[in-house]
Amino acid sequence: MAESYYIVIVGCGRLGGMLANRLSATGNQLVVIDRREAAFDKLSTEFSGFRIVGDASELDILRQANTAKADYLFAITTQDNVNLMVAQIARKIFDVPKVVARVYDPARETIYREFGIDTISPTKLSAEAFLGQVQTNKRGTV
Amino acid sequence: MRLIMVGGDKTVYFLARQFISRDYHVTIINRDLARSKELAEQTGATVVFGEGSDIRRLEEAGARRANVVMALTSHDQDNLITCQIAQKIFGVPRTMALVNDPENEMVFEKLGISVVFSATKVIASLIEQQADFEEIQMLMPLANGRINVTDVRLDADAPAIGKSLAELELSRGALIACIIRDDKVVVPHGDTRLLFNDHLILISQPDNQTEDLMRLCGLQT
Repeated sequence: MAESYYIVIVGCGRLGGMLANRLSATGNQLVVIDRREAAFDKLSTEFSGFRIVGDASELDILRQANTAKADYLFAITTQDNVNLMVAQIARKIFDVPKVVARVYDPARETIYREFGIDTISPTKLSAEAFLGQVQTNKRGTV
Repeated sequence: MRLIMVGGDKTVYFLARQFISRDYHVTIINRDLARSKELAEQTGATVVFGEGSDIRRLEEAGARRANVVMALTSHDQDNLITCQIAQKIFGVPRTMALVNDPENEMVFEKLGISVVFSATKVIASLIEQQADFEEIQMLMPLANGRINVTDVRLDADAPAIGKSLAELELSRGALIACIIRDDKVVVPHGDTRLLFNDHLILISQPDNQTEDLMRLCGLQT
């Protein structure tokens, strides 16, 4: 990556940790927010970004993360509604140019995509991957 | 009137009973099975068991025909998403959300929720006012807390005693709407003099309220 971005990641689970480590390794400025301090265990020793313990659905925590300066915000906690709320706040109040929320419920995912919030549904992605397997194994008999 | 309430605490229980007694059609969505059964038995409302922000549960609860959806859980994010889905998918004309974090009041309004109320803020202001002035009872906040109606009793040492309303020099936004004197209602004029034990029904704006109350009741210890 030639350019360095300021990236806020909300939720330091397996996915959040992995993204934070990789994006930090490629020279971006990272802030990771999680409600539990223990979640930061997943960050590698090379991780050079900031850690904030707190609930990102509180405006104050997003302010602490200097969200208004962010180029990207990824909302990937385990709760769909937290992700959707944080994504909307980042977009509409802090004017973050690119915001993506993880949403497990495919129905909710479709709706919010229509409202202009970028969403990723792991449920849908996995389903597609599995279905893709079924079709390839049919050896062209589709 | 058809309304859907999401949540399950005492507020929901009492609101449901009140609305049902006014012949409103009430449906509650609650995410705890045991509590759902309890609410159904105690209120007579239809209760849907599940998440209020789940599209299918809202549909089951009759969101398509609902006039109002009230999201009253203790989780702001769930209240927000419930109201947005009710509005955008089911076209519910009026959505009301409880916010627990007072800062979210502004956030929810920006994100299009029709009515937002912050219990924390209302309770905090009630407590502050009660704590400052014992003789003063907040009757109701109006216009989202921009106007307060208070009942002010004049103690023996209140500085307002013996003064006329004109002499009081209350702030421009304040009005003594009526005086309750010996259980009779007196509509005051500029030259009406205030007496010990008068109950004043004061309409005022929070910004100047403390000052006005000082003029009426004096310093509190």
